[in-house]
Amino acid sequence: MSKQKLILIGNGMAGIRTVEELLKLEPEMYEITVFGAEPHPNYNRIMLSPVLAGEKTIDDIVLNSRDWYAEKGISLHTGDPVVEIDRISRQVKTASGNTLSYDRLLLATGSNPFIIPVPGHELPGVVGFRDIRDVEMMLESARQHKKAVVIGGGLLGLEAANGLMKNGMDVTVVHLMDILMERQLDKPAAELLKASLAESGMNFLMQAETAEILGDDRVRGVRFKDGSEIEADLVVMAVGIRPNTELAQQAGLHCERGVVVNDTLQTFDPRIYAVGECVQHRNSCYGLVAPLFEQAKVCANHLAMLGYGRYEGSVTSTKLKVTGIDLFSAGEFNEGEGDETLVLQDPAQGIYKKLVIKDNRIKGAVMYGDTMDGTWYFQLLREETDISGFRNTILFGQHDLGDAGHGDETRVAMLSDDAEICGCNGVCKGDIVNAITSKGLFTLDEVRTHTKASASCGSCTGLVESLLASTVGEGYAAAPSKKAVCACTEHSHDEVIQAIRTAPLKSMRDLFDYLNWKTPDGCSSCRPALNYYLLANWPGEYQDDAQSRFINERAHGNIQKDGTYSVVPRMFGGLCTANDLRSIADVADKYQVPEMKVTGGQRIDLFGVKKEQLPSMWKDLTAAGFVSGHAYGKAMRTVKTCAGKTWCRFGTQNSTGLGVQLEELTWGSWMPHKFKLAVSGCPRNCAEATIKDFGVVCVDSGYELHIGGNGGIKVRVTDLLCKVETEAEVVEYCGAFTQLYREEAHYLERTAPWVERVSLGYVKQRILEDEAGRKALFERFQYGQQFAQIDPWRARAEGAEAHEFTPLSINRMRVAS
Amino acid sequence: MSDWIAIAMLDEIPTMGARKLQTETQEIAVFRTGNDEVFALRDRCPHRGGPLSQGIVHGDTVSCPLHNWKIDLQSGEVQGPDDGCVNTYAVKVDEGVVYLNLAQAESAA
Ligand SMILES: Cc1cc2nc3c(=O)[nH]c(=O)nc-3n(C[C@H](O)[C@H](O)[C@H](O)COP(=O)(O)OP(=O)(O)OC[C@H]3O[C@@H](n4cnc5c(N)ncnc54)[C@H](O)[C@@H]3O)c2cc1C
Ligand code: HEM
Ligand code: SF4
Ligand code: SF4
Ligand code: FES
Repeated sequence: MSKQKLILIGNGMAGIRTVEELLKLEPEMYEITVFGAEPHPNYNRIMLSPVLAGEKTIDDIVLNSRDWYAEKGISLHTGDPVVEIDRISRQVKTASGNTLSYDRLLLATGSNPFIIPVPGHELPGVVGFRDIRDVEMMLESARQHKKAVVIGGGLLGLEAANGLMKNGMDVTVVHLMDILMERQLDKPAAELLKASLAESGMNFLMQAETAEILGDDRVRGVRFKDGSEIEADLVVMAVGIRPNTELAQQAGLHCERGVVVNDTLQTFDPRIYAVGECVQHRNSCYGLVAPLFEQAKVCANHLAMLGYGRYEGSVTSTKLKVTGIDLFSAGEFNEGEGDETLVLQDPAQGIYKKLVIKDNRIKGAVMYGDTMDGTWYFQLLREETDISGFRNTILFGQHDLGDAGHGDETRVAMLSDDAEICGCNGVCKGDIVNAITSKGLFTLDEVRTHTKASASCGSCTGLVESLLASTVGEGYAAAPSKKAVCACTEHSHDEVIQAIRTAPLKSMRDLFDYLNWKTPDGCSSCRPALNYYLLANWPGEYQDDAQSRFINERAHGNIQKDGTYSVVPRMFGGLCTANDLRSIADVADKYQVPEMKVTGGQRIDLFGVKKEQLPSMWKDLTAAGFVSGHAYGKAMRTVKTCAGKTWCRFGTQNSTGLGVQLEELTWGSWMPHKFKLAVSGCPRNCAEATIKDFGVVCVDSGYELHIGGNGGIKVRVTDLLCKVETEAEVVEYCGAFTQLYREEAHYLERTAPWVERVSLGYVKQRILEDEAGRKALFERFQYGQQFAQIDPWRARAEGAEAHEFTPLSINRMRVAS
Repeated sequence: MSDWIAIAMLDEIPTMGARKLQTETQEIAVFRTGNDEVFALRDRCPHRGGPLSQGIVHGDTVSCPLHNWKIDLQSGEVQGPDDGCVNTYAVKVDEGVVYLNLAQAESAA
């Protein structure tokens, strides 16, 4: 049986979304052909505003690349509009003369910008704001001309005006009403908006009605009804859109303002469906993506012949995408008879919130300046929740009291699971949280790929980020000590460490048996952790297991995204000699290292080394006196130092010398996570010691010791542990602190979260108050270092683990046999 | 007839580890599991091309070193929630010698 033929007219957001939804349900049912008038694959039209403003490029906003169509077996014809639908023979005809028949047809022709038909509206330099071509034309004008007039002070007009201003044009917005965005805002909010746009340099002509566009071979100016004129080299018409019904009308389909469809998105011809801005459903036409995507879902359901979806219309909400402006509106926000309003106004902070209420239910909301609770109000509105219980505090937001600093985070955490976070794609909080926890997502991008949340207009990015913070944060903070190491066991990190010490367990096999591991040999999460715990607790006794280490530690180099490695020779305290540099340069030449750079930890990184080259390269570096920099490992990384007393006029102690000493003490030590140190010569702190795991700031009277800092995703400034007077004390405290962390932190827990978990007080008690304990810790550290300070490079250059670095080859055995 | 090529002694492959095999046209990862089973897969992760031979081997699975996708050594299938698949090649061990059969792989692929 041959497949049914589906033709989509209109390669835009609603049409392609419908196809995507359909492919999810029935990937094989149709042979799909798409005709698009524009020469591009489907792109995110919403993002034309940021493209115009220079915040994104056209490549950034492509939603479906040509490869996508090919992969899905869709035949795509761009730049070839359909000019005729013959419903009797069920064929479409295109501008280029193509004729193709269909079993089902999907209309998604979008809308056209409305161009006011005043004299001069066809002059070059008059443009709508709808597609890539319009944007290119505006950008071109901005390069050559200075003055722009935007007719229309609605959403689109203001975004266009903002974009043109960003491109250096002098922009005047002309608006018929006395309120900007009157369909989304009430007067006070509109005034705040206008004031803030005016401050950034936008000009306004309110209550001005355009009479004529002036010019001969290009626009020169605009004349208004009252006879006044202004100059213009570019006129953008953004006064509204008209559903594009031309083709449907000509095919005899019933149209009013838009192509009329029923709740299953069918037109009056049951073989023809329509979605998007071109349709009129229950008397409404929509101009925002959220309702169109809802339509797409229902339409796909029917195209897939499942037949149970119903589209019943949408309530919409709006946000303006002008960077730096926070604005939200939804529902009916201008009070009618019998409505009540609740208003919060804080002009000094530029905050305005208004709720229109009837019978204790929200009918509409307008917010400016602080829109965090917009989603919450919008949900109350759609669900028609009775708000009498919290009317008094509703304007302060869902979360009204008692949090300092975690604003966003706590507030999103309080939203219910079915609260919609991403309006464009209809993704609820529950979906996002689920994806984060079940799929182990950590970044915004991952959430985008997995849920599509925040992947369209980006307005909800802040919310998604807070959700990420509260979800991942919660998982981490709620029960760290009870959390199982991984799916291979029920035991927590602490229980495993305890067992290793008391049982005692000195090999991986014993450990698996003793703790009833569920898998025969663990997994890539637990094996590296167990290997570390065994190594840290039984130095000299436990035999390190290379196969339980991540490749970086196994190969003693950082694997890069192309599978090559990087090599970082250790330079103690960041000091080096001309000879050191020369040897590094020689090695770089000899092995044709493609790129070198100075790292954030003051070492030299040689990138792009092939694995097979590593041992001989290390041999040369070892011969020149270098040891491995461990830049790849969960290990002590570097001691960063500042210029220091020898040279710097502010220097107090021998800070560089101390740095070298600390690096000599700690190098080679394996850690739960990476571990960085720094020594600064004075409180100016040029070595940034206060964002290190262990930092020393020298002062006139001695040394301040700081612990538990890190840079990275979440910067944490160190806590001051104590002040000591001699270098010997610094060394002892450093060794003791390091050992405490090595013995008690969980694998992959950096000092910052560890200190927060066990508390600074606990660390102080172990290191400061318990002198004997401190000395014992320091001794254990020194004992362990005997086994750790064996240069892995030298060992491997001399042939250890050779199999790791030599590939097998097909011919080798033939020769041998 | 004999398409089986001897490529290594079993002992040359670390337990719960892998070796990379360089042929003229491609790179193949040869794995040895904890119970001495041997598998051969194309040395390219279906996610972003990570070298699977450099991953951690556990059970009949290898975790890609770049972003930790888990790949079943028997079937070459990526384990959920991710999707994808890697070419596998026929291998056998006979008296401590590991043999690879590329011809068989081609017909299977
Ligand atoms: C600058 C700008 C900013 C916006 N900002 C937002 C926002 O912040 N939030 C929001 O929700 N919405 C926003 N919108 C609206 C949103 O982009 C539209 O609602 C949405 O793109 C409509 O989708 P559609 O598929 O119906 O139409 P379109 O995406 O316009 O797709 C229709 C396609 O059909 C093609 N076509 C027309 N006739 C034919 C034919 N005969 N043959 C072949 N092809 C044809 C057209 O060329 C077009 O490519 C914005 C729109 C613009 C222009
Ligand atoms: C826990 C699982 C995952 C992790 C840790 C992860 C991590 C990463 C990282 C670090 C990169 C950057 C790669 C580089 O350039 O070196 C990347 C890229 C990418 N990942 Fe993943 N990923 C995961 C799962 C997924 C899944 C499930 C998908 C898709 C279904 C996916 C799709 C992509 C894509 C498309 C890119 C390329 C993005 C680009 O640069 O254009 N990833 N991932
Ligand atoms: S930290 Fe102080 S001593 Fe060190 S370089 Fe800066 S100013 Fe000079
Ligand atoms: S910040 Fe670090 S992880 Fe991110 S790209 Fe740079 S080196 Fe890579
Ligand atoms: S390349 Fe293998 S998981 Fe990304």
